[in-house]
Amino acid sequence: MALLDIRQRSGYLFLAVILGHILLISAQVNSRTGVPVLEQVTFGIFSEIQRAVSSGLNGVRRMWGGYVDLRQVKTENDDLKKQLADAQVALQAQRALADRAHGLEKLLELRDRVTLQTTAAEVIGGPATLDFRTVTIDKGTRDGLRPDMAIISPAGVVGRVVVPSARSAKVQLLVDRNAAAGALIERSRAQGVVVGAGEDRLRLENVSESADIVAGDTVVTSGIEGIYPKGFVIGTIESVEKNGPAYKRITVKPAVDFSSLEEVLVVTTPTPAHEADQGVSE
Amino acid sequence: MKAAGAILAVAVALAVQTTLARFLVRGSVAVDLVLVAVVYVALTAGPVTGMLTGTFAGLVQDALSSGVIGIGGLAKTIVGFLAGIIGTQFIVAQPLPRFVVFFSTTILHAVIFMGLYVLLDVRHFGTPYAAALGQAVGNAVVGVVAFQLVELLPGAMERRRASRTRLRR
Repeated sequence: MALLDIRQRSGYLFLAVILGHILLISAQVNSRTGVPVLEQVTFGIFSEIQRAVSSGLNGVRRMWGGYVDLRQVKTENDDLKKQLADAQVALQAQRALADRAHGLEKLLELRDRVTLQTTAAEVIGGPATLDFRTVTIDKGTRDGLRPDMAIISPAGVVGRVVVPSARSAKVQLLVDRNAAAGALIERSRAQGVVVGAGEDRLRLENVSESADIVAGDTVVTSGIEGIYPKGFVIGTIESVEKNGPAYKRITVKPAVDFSSLEEVLVVTTPTPAHEADQGVSE
Repeated sequence: MKAAGAILAVAVALAVQTTLARFLVRGSVAVDLVLVAVVYVALTAGPVTGMLTGTFAGLVQDALSSGVIGIGGLAKTIVGFLAGIIGTQFIVAQPLPRFVVFFSTTILHAVIFMGLYVLLDVRHFGTPYAAALGQAVGNAVVGVVAFQLVELLPGAMERRRASRTRLRR
């Protein structure tokens, strides 16, 4: 009886079968950016919704900040002027340090890349499911973004681009379970791999028994995976658990507060990973 | 019963198609017998049966080829559905209208099939116009002949049996 009903509604059945085929095809075919078409289209549509909601909320927030919440502006302005003055002093000190470091680097011929090109992007959406630690940013392939481009913030490393659509991109945060980055202890130069745990902490793995690691050490990127530029801050060692001579568990507190990301920088300078991909595609 | 007949028709067409292809130069066949079977079933059994036959036939063909599974299925689904609608809305009982239906559905199938592959940047076909036209003519001829055979064969056999009976008397 039900079959008879379906047969009488041949138009619906036709649309259902066509949709099934489109899903089947999309699941198999990768787009030019190497991402399955189904994933890219779904993400592209959903990111537009996120963009609309985000711009609406930002509009309300700007209106509130611009017209209603002017009472604290004077105090805030004074604070900011003081902060700016402090920052300028700090900048002078950093510049002096940078000049010194620059001279040393030239002397040792260690530096292979001088500048990083970056594009500022705004976070317009969070993850669709809680199992994945991702955010959506408002820059995409039109702005030159490609998969595996590093995302950083002034505080440190944020993650990498995984699915770029035309006007937005999905970013896998470093705390995601599938995320990892080559890492280096700044003090002892001990190497390892920082992996996400799906929570707000990272784990440092693949560390040699002889490595010198203590709580409070700064962890920076080693650049060994070819995605993240070398020397960017990942976080600090929070705790070190040992099992005899071997390291059992090393917890890293990320430098970036992933729960309050608003603006990030996309590193658009070609990395070894991008160059390798281009070499393969050519 | 109708479904069994459709599956049988597609299976036979596919078997003949794959068998014939081995004997032809470069493996190219000017007639897509599976598509002919789909259009035939659609014209005789209606849009739903035509569509489902197209889906089944296309997916089987896709699975047997090294292409993307679903593109052939999608093309044959659309063709089967449209041919079924034509079969129910218009009188397609003469060789010429049947020729036109087989010809146009083959062209439509080629446009969808190749168009999707090109759109998805999976495969490129160069300039396939001559090949598509050749296949459309081939499909149309085979389709019309198949219709004629199926319609005329029972009558011819009946007449032969009757003439034998008369001779015995």
